[in-house]
Amino acid sequence: MSDPGQGADPEKERRKIKSVQKMKEIMTNYYIEAKGAADTGKKVAWITSGGPVEPLIAMDVIPVYPENHGAMIGASKMGVELCEKAEEMGYPRELCSYARSDIGCSITGGGPIGGLPEPDFLICCNNICGTVMKWYEVASRYYDVPLFILDTPFTHREFPPAAKQYVIDQIYEYIEFLERQCGRKMDYDRMQEVGRLSVEGLRLWQAVLDSGAHKPAPMTAFDAFFHLALIVTLRGTQEAVDYYRQLRDEMQERIEQGIGMVPNEKYRLLWDNLPVWYRTKWLSEKFAAHDACLVGDTYTSAWSGVLPYIDENNFLESMSVAYSQVYINVSLDIMIDTLRRMIDKYDVDGLVMHSNRSCKPYSLGQYDLQRMVMEELKIPTLVLEADMVDERSFSESQIETRIDAFMEILKS
Amino acid sequence: MDTLENLRAVAQDPYGYARNIQATESKPILGYFCSYTPEEIITAAGAIPFRLFGTREDISRADAHLQSYCCSLVRGGLEDALTGRLNFLKGAVFPHTCDSIQRLSDIWRLNAGMALHFDAVLPVKLTTESARNYMIAVLNDFRSELEQGLGVTISDEALYKANHTCNRIRELLGHIYAFRSQNPSQLKGSDIYYIMKAAMVMDREVLVEQLAHLWADLREKGGEAPPTDRKRVLLSGGICTLPDIYTLIEDAGGEVVWDDLCTGTRYFEGEVRETGDPVEAIAERYLSRMVCPAKHKGMSVRGEHLSRLVREQQIGGVIFLFLKFCEPHGFDYPYLKACMDRAGVPTLLLEVEEQLPAEGQLRTRFETFIDMLE
Ligand code: SF4
Ligand code: SF4
Repeated sequence: MSDPGQGADPEKERRKIKSVQKMKEIMTNYYIEAKGAADTGKKVAWITSGGPVEPLIAMDVIPVYPENHGAMIGASKMGVELCEKAEEMGYPRELCSYARSDIGCSITGGGPIGGLPEPDFLICCNNICGTVMKWYEVASRYYDVPLFILDTPFTHREFPPAAKQYVIDQIYEYIEFLERQCGRKMDYDRMQEVGRLSVEGLRLWQAVLDSGAHKPAPMTAFDAFFHLALIVTLRGTQEAVDYYRQLRDEMQERIEQGIGMVPNEKYRLLWDNLPVWYRTKWLSEKFAAHDACLVGDTYTSAWSGVLPYIDENNFLESMSVAYSQVYINVSLDIMIDTLRRMIDKYDVDGLVMHSNRSCKPYSLGQYDLQRMVMEELKIPTLVLEADMVDERSFSESQIETRIDAFMEILKS
Repeated sequence: MDTLENLRAVAQDPYGYARNIQATESKPILGYFCSYTPEEIITAAGAIPFRLFGTREDISRADAHLQSYCCSLVRGGLEDALTGRLNFLKGAVFPHTCDSIQRLSDIWRLNAGMALHFDAVLPVKLTTESARNYMIAVLNDFRSELEQGLGVTISDEALYKANHTCNRIRELLGHIYAFRSQNPSQLKGSDIYYIMKAAMVMDREVLVEQLAHLWADLREKGGEAPPTDRKRVLLSGGICTLPDIYTLIEDAGGEVVWDDLCTGTRYFEGEVRETGDPVEAIAERYLSRMVCPAKHKGMSVRGEHLSRLVREQQIGGVIFLFLKFCEPHGFDYPYLKACMDRAGVPTLLLEVEEQLPAEGQLRTRFETFIDMLE
């Protein structure tokens, strides 16, 4: 944060989100605690971003997210170097760059935080991709620790009763696994409370994201990418609830005071897919220069998107069904419904799709979604070919030209 | 035409074979991409399970639906569907495989314009009781959907019969593989390729007869031929759509005597129990068979399996054959290679897109590799 005394632009200062500082503190403390787990005797579990973290919180296990770590690696522009490490070990360049950079980090102990704390065990939920299962198998062999897989069947047209039963059965297998790893029983009252906090956190997060529907939008998708970390990492804690309440209040204040994130918001856009972590600033400035604001995105809303499926009175079981329905574990026809709703809610003028080389489940099918959006909803779309962490797949000049051309269409 | 000649002809022009069936018989043909497709149920429904291998033609129409970073099987399969080259298919069956096939299923359903479309979302982890129950439920659902789609009833009797036919096919393929492994000079590597390819597209009831003939012929020939001094090589990976690779390896002084491919031994491993509930029996084979890398059955099964094959088949070297952009195989590669390194077995990695790399270049790579082998 710049010192206001040093001639900072007051307009710019006014637009800055104040909660950022708090967020940084929480994340720093969280990583310090996770890395010091060996001293406090707490167990560390690695878990995939879409996985049910709540039972871990209820069991006092520290959850660590390699994908969040991957995002940090990307944002600190260390992706290429670490990906190359993994490639030297024989992992093909075509694999997800979160996995590659994280594997590279495990071996070198490098990266922005000197590597993740070693896991005591691993929890992998394949509701985001099949990639994580392979990645966690690698980690399980490397660290020689047990792996629990929560297998969440994909929904093409329906989620049949047998699939529902299967995921419910697995939630209890998951808890048994945790009890074995921790050597103690689950406290179901505590679990209930964690579930309540999780739902509350998700609601608040959704409220934060909803603020983007206001004109001008008090925050952009780029801000959402940053503030997302807690809903992934610390969902189910009081800390996350408090933080998102603060953030939501800040958004409300901004709306009341008429503070928009993009100075002259004229064009409202929706973003699809993961961020381009090493270029978030560049992209946000690029769009802002065209008076365009990314007011919402499909990625950060994936977590709260399953809220309608959660029954607070039967948190555990309903959660397993809910987590099976996340945005990328469902077919294109269901995804287009979500897109339609978001386009409507945020009242956007265009859709920007990041065709992310790393993430096949998110990216394959985007061309069809794009066509549906253009034909049915008659709004312009832009596809940017890139990668979330591996900068070698980013061509600045090409992307710049495409954004400029797209904005010309919007303006005409 | 002798049997082998016939199978070769089918494998060289599977679409021609299918069109011919379509013109002369009333059996519906259903396309599929993955060895977890329950062929027994399809056969019991009176239909023909027809495996798709992608295309060798240029990709153009599929480009409008799939990015370039997607494997050639998925892109090529869609290309053929969109250009109408597959219009002998009544529909397609998608068991859950990898992330790419998962999305292909949607894209196919929305664009290929086929009358029928089935998703059999099998479990990915195959180690638990709940996964077993779920797998059985999915297969039973598939059975009813197939009945509805094709307007037939699939009786238990029909399933028993199909289970038996498919078992017999697997058994015969196993015999033929073992024969080839012992008498490589009697049956060419490319013939094994053609036999396998034909086996995955032909009417299974006809196929079983033909394989029985072929096996009788081979047995008669017996091990008359002198052993060759070529080095024994194993192919490991996903699908192989490249008959030339066998010949190139032979020219370089090697001999593919065994494999660990979806379109090879993983296709015919294991047996379906022929008593009790016929659908449960199919599930049990999937649960006990060697897994493909898109499924989970513990951390080390694939490495142990490969090491065992290498020992049993006295393999001198392993060639890993992957389609570019394939994640499941890509993730397993360093581990499998390490297993081979530990066992002192040299390996070579070949990543292919639609086409093989230039022949001259491949020839040199194979020669260098095979010279290294004991
Ligand atoms: S980026 Fe995509 S492929 Fe990689 S871990 Fe996330 S969901 Fe899976
Ligand atoms: S080759 Fe790999 S990526 Fe392609 S369909 Fe098979 S498993 Fe999927």
